[in-house]
Amino acid sequence: MWQWFHKLGSPKWFFGIATRFMPWLLAGGLLLLAAGLVWGLAFAPKDYLQGNSYRIIFIHVPSAFLAQSIYISMAVAAVVTLVWRMKLADVFVKAIAPVGLLFTFLALFTGAVWGKPTWGTWWVWDARLTSMLILLFLYGGVIALDRAINDEKSAARAVAVLVLVGVVNIPIIKYSVDWWNTLHQPATFKLTEKPSMPMEMWVPLLLSVLGLYLLFGWLACIRMKTEILIREQRTRWVKDMVLAGRK
Amino acid sequence: MAFDSFSAFIAMEGHGPYVWVCYAVFTVLLAGLMIWSVKRNQSALEDCQRRHDAESRASVTAPGKAAASFTRVEIPQD
Repeated sequence: MWQWFHKLGSPKWFFGIATRFMPWLLAGGLLLLAAGLVWGLAFAPKDYLQGNSYRIIFIHVPSAFLAQSIYISMAVAAVVTLVWRMKLADVFVKAIAPVGLLFTFLALFTGAVWGKPTWGTWWVWDARLTSMLILLFLYGGVIALDRAINDEKSAARAVAVLVLVGVVNIPIIKYSVDWWNTLHQPATFKLTEKPSMPMEMWVPLLLSVLGLYLLFGWLACIRMKTEILIREQRTRWVKDMVLAGRK
Repeated sequence: MAFDSFSAFIAMEGHGPYVWVCYAVFTVLLAGLMIWSVKRNQSALEDCQRRHDAESRASVTAPGKAAASFTRVEIPQD
């Protein structure tokens, strides 16, 4: 167990594993996402209440899922950074924060465009929407704080603390639709319960959620590889690898 | 198909603009992030290669030379 843990912390080992998995993540992610979106756009039945505008769900829900999952994974990595000082955990946080920022923005944007025909307004200061906006600022804060501190180790620790403080926002996002009387509808997609929507809508949504998770995996791998290359460029193994790639 | 014709698919009974704007922004931003990440990775790799090429050239031209050199700097004392 501990040996495995140490291996996982080794940038060189991660580099090799990531390189091997990346083509599968990319191909699987693109395939599932394309299948889910085409199915959702053209073949899924129309919603009897919202009409065709509900088709935005096939990108809105996966983006919102990713926005929150990425933050939770960053919080786990932040604990690892603070407790075990594992370098790879900090590389992970730094590499995926911009990805989380993008998905949070996409969830907010698609939500606003969906809100116009459904609620009659682009934006309301509703608990769900406001807590998502705070998540966007948290991602922005993490990126800005990391850039503001030059020393790698201090930056890692400061960013980890900020990430952990912000994690309080995650349950607020999740339960906002139950705790407060919000305009936002309650969760329509849960993996743990029987779907509340017809199968012809649920399956394409599941496909696009899975596809986007795989694409996130690919993005995390390539961005972590970049970060490792920048940090470890003076080490022996990077030198050997680079020279081997030359021939 | 949930639609009778291609034009009905584009129009989506008046909801077309909303749906298509969302899908367009999603696709452009996601593809943009992916392409940017690939480019950044490539340029990081090229930087490494350039650095190591320069280092190996330096060691080839001066085989017997030490890795670091120390130059005495004369500082006027007055």
